[in-house]
Amino acid sequence: MDMKLSQLAVGEKGIVKEFTDLEMSVKLMEMGCLPGEEIRVDRIAPMGDPIAINVSGYQLSLRKREASTIILQ
Amino acid sequence: MKADIRVALVGNPNTGKSTLFNVLTGLNQKIGNFPGVTVDKKIGYCQLPDGRRAEIIDLPGTYSLYPKSQDESIVFSVLADESNSSRPDLVVVILDASNLKRNLLLYTQVADLKIPVIIALNMMDLANKAGTEIDVDLIAKKLGVAVIPIAARKLVGIDSLKLAIAYANKVAFQEPSIDVEAIAPELIESISRELQIDNPYFALQLAHQHETIKFLSPQQSDRIEELEKEHSFHSQKAQGTETIARYAFINELLYDTVKQPATAQDETHSNKIDKVLTHKIFGFILFFAILLFMFQAISSWSAYPMELISDAFVWVQDTLHHVLPNGPLTSLLVDGVIAGLSGVMVFIPQIAILFAFISILEDTGYMARVTFMMDKLMRKVGLNGKSVVPLIGGFACAVPSIMSTRTIENWKDRIITIMVTPLVTCSARLPVYTLLIALVVPNRNVWWLFNLQGLALTAMYVFSLISAVVVAWVFKIILKGRERGYFIMELPVYRMPRWNNVLYSMYERAKTFVFQAGKVIIAVSVILWVLASYGPGKRYEQIDQNYKRPQYTKPLSPQDINLAISSEKLENSYAGVLGHVIEPAIRPLGFDWKIGIALITSFAAREVFVGTMATIYSANGSTEEMQSVQEKMHNAKNTQTGQPVFTLAVAFSLMMFYAFAMQCASTVAVVYRETKDWRWPAIQFAYMAVLAYAASFITYHLLR
Repeated sequence: MDMKLSQLAVGEKGIVKEFTDLEMSVKLMEMGCLPGEEIRVDRIAPMGDPIAINVSGYQLSLRKREASTIILQ
Repeated sequence: MKADIRVALVGNPNTGKSTLFNVLTGLNQKIGNFPGVTVDKKIGYCQLPDGRRAEIIDLPGTYSLYPKSQDESIVFSVLADESNSSRPDLVVVILDASNLKRNLLLYTQVADLKIPVIIALNMMDLANKAGTEIDVDLIAKKLGVAVIPIAARKLVGIDSLKLAIAYANKVAFQEPSIDVEAIAPELIESISRELQIDNPYFALQLAHQHETIKFLSPQQSDRIEELEKEHSFHSQKAQGTETIARYAFINELLYDTVKQPATAQDETHSNKIDKVLTHKIFGFILFFAILLFMFQAISSWSAYPMELISDAFVWVQDTLHHVLPNGPLTSLLVDGVIAGLSGVMVFIPQIAILFAFISILEDTGYMARVTFMMDKLMRKVGLNGKSVVPLIGGFACAVPSIMSTRTIENWKDRIITIMVTPLVTCSARLPVYTLLIALVVPNRNVWWLFNLQGLALTAMYVFSLISAVVVAWVFKIILKGRERGYFIMELPVYRMPRWNNVLYSMYERAKTFVFQAGKVIIAVSVILWVLASYGPGKRYEQIDQNYKRPQYTKPLSPQDINLAISSEKLENSYAGVLGHVIEPAIRPLGFDWKIGIALITSFAAREVFVGTMATIYSANGSTEEMQSVQEKMHNAKNTQTGQPVFTLAVAFSLMMFYAFAMQCASTVAVVYRETKDWRWPAIQFAYMAVLAYAASFITYHLLR
């Protein structure tokens, strides 16, 4: 069963498989979230949203809704 | 200033671009405007080793040439448009050596535009420390460009970079990165042919950005649109294809040039700090503690320099009054222009301190964490995590805060933030509130601990935040978003603030404020001066004569006569007449014509209220005499009923009016400057006026 990035808990990792939203995917890929890249969830904001992830060596924050467009392998 | 070569700095945010800019140019820099847009253009000059002068342009930080905000869109226009007056001869792309992969994306895009380019590989010290091995020469060879390793903060490699700039090629020699034509072969071919473009990537960028680019004619843009339909071009799909191809190129490049340490990374320094700073409880406590400290600092540290500035202006005004001959021209200069200028200048310390704090918070990376923590809360009311910064700044002054909304990419979020920021209790309201509260609220403690006057003031602050949030929520419902909001944001690693940058930022913001707001304030104060110094008909002219009669000169001292004259002159001046004209409109709020005059003059700036009250109640205008203004206002009686004018109801009704009304010409000007559309300041002025009237009306009738 495919997982979405938004379903990962803090500390869990996953590899990007594909995106469900074209517009969002363009922006995410520019920031280095490409298919094949490993992503680790570093932190979740105090109110449960947004989340902070580690991708290609740096930290990126994005909202849960945006994270749910990333499908993991 | 003339320069021999023009160099543009391009790079991702947080790569040390501004540090490098400051290092290269020193204090030798200025802020201008790019033609047709509001984006600030930072220019500096740098002496090259071969004796030539280079003009350095600091372009806004961006992750790619596809813009996500107003500021970012300027980068492509400057680089690609041959007729752009800022087009550089050479581009220096700054890459963060500790995060090469993502940084290289922008480089490959710039390189493909075929502009002469060199790479400044910044933060080499950090990369080395992390154990990353970078084969700089091999990267240079593979890309066909000069790569200069530097550490801008430690001033390492700066001379080599200057040398490389001096000896850079005039022609672009870099290797192409990806096969651009493969992305949309026919379309690129047609655009290149019809618009006579010899660079395929420039043609492709035009296809993507033709709707927003300023340098294309409408006919050209329409033609590109037709061609796109003809070749069924899908902008986002093409962008995706391009990005994937570029990262494939980058991965291949990095494969044999960069070696990451094999050992598993320890938990990073930043991560440990984040555990505390973004903690569910400590995170918020710390945030509010920092805010509290900031307000305290802004009001207490600025008190002394503000006093100095206003004293200096009083001295200049006094001196000029003595030196220059008496007459309307002197009066216009001294009481109009210089008085207006002093109104602007006294805010310099507050603005400088506010921006020092904001730049420290941004520089260290903490602001990104605040944004991260607050986003969900702010989003509920139609704002954005990034709105927190301007809203906080609004406590000091709405003008620089509105300028700082540029970091908000989303149009709707940004407009709403701009619309509600002036509601936050700014420092100019403070003297008004202090005066009115002292007048009607007893100075005693309740529950042993809390001072009643202090509580009233705190209530006004809290009330302003609540109203900003409610109004934002209403705008969220009314406004239709043109773009989708998103929040993909880099969380930079924590760093020590760069004190030089903090100083530059204080200096720049203060300068921008003085020049931008200064123009408007001077204009308005001249108009107000005219309104307050001239009156219709003969009556006004006769006032001086009247007071020369013995029935006045005998019992009154010359000082008292002067006060009486100025008070009567004001009542009969155009401003006074206006006060009488609007009296029926403001009577339901509990205000008389005298308060009406103060309301009118306050539209230049709120703090003018105290000065106007001082003049009207014929006290001296300086703040040292505030006590006496207060006494006069306290003793003021309604001529018909004999009751005091400033009752609890009137004072609070006035405070409500000042809480909501847009009585600040500088804010109106800056909102126009930032939105480039007169409708936004007009809407803002109107909604705030309606709220002010309603709130005053309700307050007055509840408390009466």
